[in-house]
Amino acid sequence: MPGIDDITNANLIALDLDATDNFGAIDALAELLDRDGRLSDKDAYVQAARAREEETGGTGMEMGIAIPHAKSGGVREPAVAFGRTPAPIKYGDEDADLIFLIAAPEGENNLHVKILSRLARKLIHEDFRASLREAESPEEVMELLRREVQL
Amino acid sequence: MKFVGVTACPTGIAHSAMAAEAIEQAAREKGHDIEVEIHGAMGAEFVSPETIRDADAIIFATDANVADKQRFDGKPKVEVKLREAIDRPGEVVARAEKAAERKAGVAAGGAAGAAGVSDEREEDDDLLASGGGTSKGAEVRRWLMTGVSYMIPFVVAGGILIALAFAFGDTVGVTESNVYENFTIPALFFEIGATAFGMLVPILAGFIAYAMADRPGIAPGIVGGLLANEIGAGFLGGLAAGLLAGAVVMLLKKIKVPGAFGKLMPIIVYPVVGTFVVGAVMILVIGNPIAGATTGMQNWLSGLTGANAALLGLILGAMMAADLGGPINKTAYAFAIAGLAGGAFGPMAAVMAAGMVPPLALALACAVRPKLFTNSERRAGQANWLLGASFITEGAIPFAASDPLRVIPAMIAGSSTTAALSLLFGATLRAPHGGIFVIGLIGNWPLYLLAIAIGTLVSAVLVIALKSFGTDQKAVEEATTSKTTEEKAAATA
Repeated sequence: MPGIDDITNANLIALDLDATDNFGAIDALAELLDRDGRLSDKDAYVQAARAREEETGGTGMEMGIAIPHAKSGGVREPAVAFGRTPAPIKYGDEDADLIFLIAAPEGENNLHVKILSRLARKLIHEDFRASLREAESPEEVMELLRREVQL
Repeated sequence: MKFVGVTACPTGIAHSAMAAEAIEQAAREKGHDIEVEIHGAMGAEFVSPETIRDADAIIFATDANVADKQRFDGKPKVEVKLREAIDRPGEVVARAEKAAERKAGVAAGGAAGAAGVSDEREEDDDLLASGGGTSKGAEVRRWLMTGVSYMIPFVVAGGILIALAFAFGDTVGVTESNVYENFTIPALFFEIGATAFGMLVPILAGFIAYAMADRPGIAPGIVGGLLANEIGAGFLGGLAAGLLAGAVVMLLKKIKVPGAFGKLMPIIVYPVVGTFVVGAVMILVIGNPIAGATTGMQNWLSGLTGANAALLGLILGAMMAADLGGPINKTAYAFAIAGLAGGAFGPMAAVMAAGMVPPLALALACAVRPKLFTNSERRAGQANWLLGASFITEGAIPFAASDPLRVIPAMIAGSSTTAALSLLFGATLRAPHGGIFVIGLIGNWPLYLLAIAIGTLVSAVLVIALKSFGTDQKAVEEATTSKTTEEKAAATA
């Protein structure tokens, strides 16, 4: 049974994400995924994530969250990277400072999807978002995720 | 209250879960029970039929199609985008509360509870706002207006494009030319406009049936409407087809079948049996009498040729307005065309003038007394100035379809007045179409315009009078008013 530690880790968390627009955030977070060995073809994945962003008119929500995501053959292992920007950036019509980039391989395994759904559900809760905004280190975020996002 | 939520997004990884959580949270905060069915990458775990049966309303937050949506037929529904559910779940839940209350109101009022009658849609349109009405009449009116409001864009698009074709083009040649073989700009406009116009009756019929029987009504209704076109039954035939299709599917839905066969009903039985029954009735029962009556009317009109001008005008005018483009109208028009070919130009002028009156009169009535008309009628009313001026009688159909018993007599009175005056004034016309754009071809045009103006006034005054003293004034207000109570209060004030 995979857990949150299977789809993310401290290396995939950037609390001072250096990005000024949505595509920049996708690029920066994809770079983290690639370094962590989650991607087999980074360019293909980034293309897919950007396309998805365009298609949906931006994946930002009013609560300051954006969840860009893509299923792509360029993904080796399912993963989610988390970036927090010092100032909110434009995602479609909304401003987001909490960005979750989801990478899913083609033919995704359901258990990972369940974890991601669980994470997504958590994001609706105000206090959870506040904790993410206050976290001071990637490890602290991981602790929070382990505690809150479990099957 | 008890709600069922359904969320779905194309990739199904995160957003459908977020929407589910948001709706659940908002509903529970308000003390409701809710169960959400998430359609995602791992498929969906369907909520049980009992849960659906007990639900007061269904909330759809979907950016993708949901399989087996028929499971929810007959329940009040609220449909939103995923984003709305995630960003503003409170509003979505509030809408579900309203939809549920309205359904409860309908049931308590003892109105015929057609399946899914109180569906809520996002548009601020009038097709559903009268769901709280208590009388059978209000219910029928809601069916008709649903058909009308979906039909109006086709009337406006088709009518205006055809009018433009006549405005740009050789008014005689444009109807004859085939844009695919002999390309001209007016022919292009005409072809596109005529295609939109061809959809008018099928859409009317399809969405009347939809209002009555929900989605399974659409196919039998649209096919019935196409057949109404085919047999030349006009919009009255379309009304008949739509009401028939809705009734047939409502009956089919009453048949309870056990187990696995139950699942086949919406997939196979409703469309196949419903469409066949409606089509057969249209062709076998409605088609033949219309064909026979058309021939009879033609012979009768030919026999009238010697009659005095005013009488012939009254008859031709009444025919033009009787079904606004249907078989009676077409018979009068064909008679005038025959006259044109034989060198008699008076009937053509009279027929065109009479055909211009209904849309003009309704445009005038809408401008003078907007409160008597629904939102979608008022929008159609503005286009009717142009449609009327272009002799596109069909512009009046939305009005006649939603309230035939008041609108048609009023239109007949004005049209026959105009046609009689046109013949008395000795107006002539040497083109078969074109309205105001062919004014140069009209003999005695100043009096001709006067005849049109008089008939327009007669029809407008009558339709205003009939609608003012009509009994279902309340229904109009309800239908015109949008969903919220504040707006409702404002409109009645």
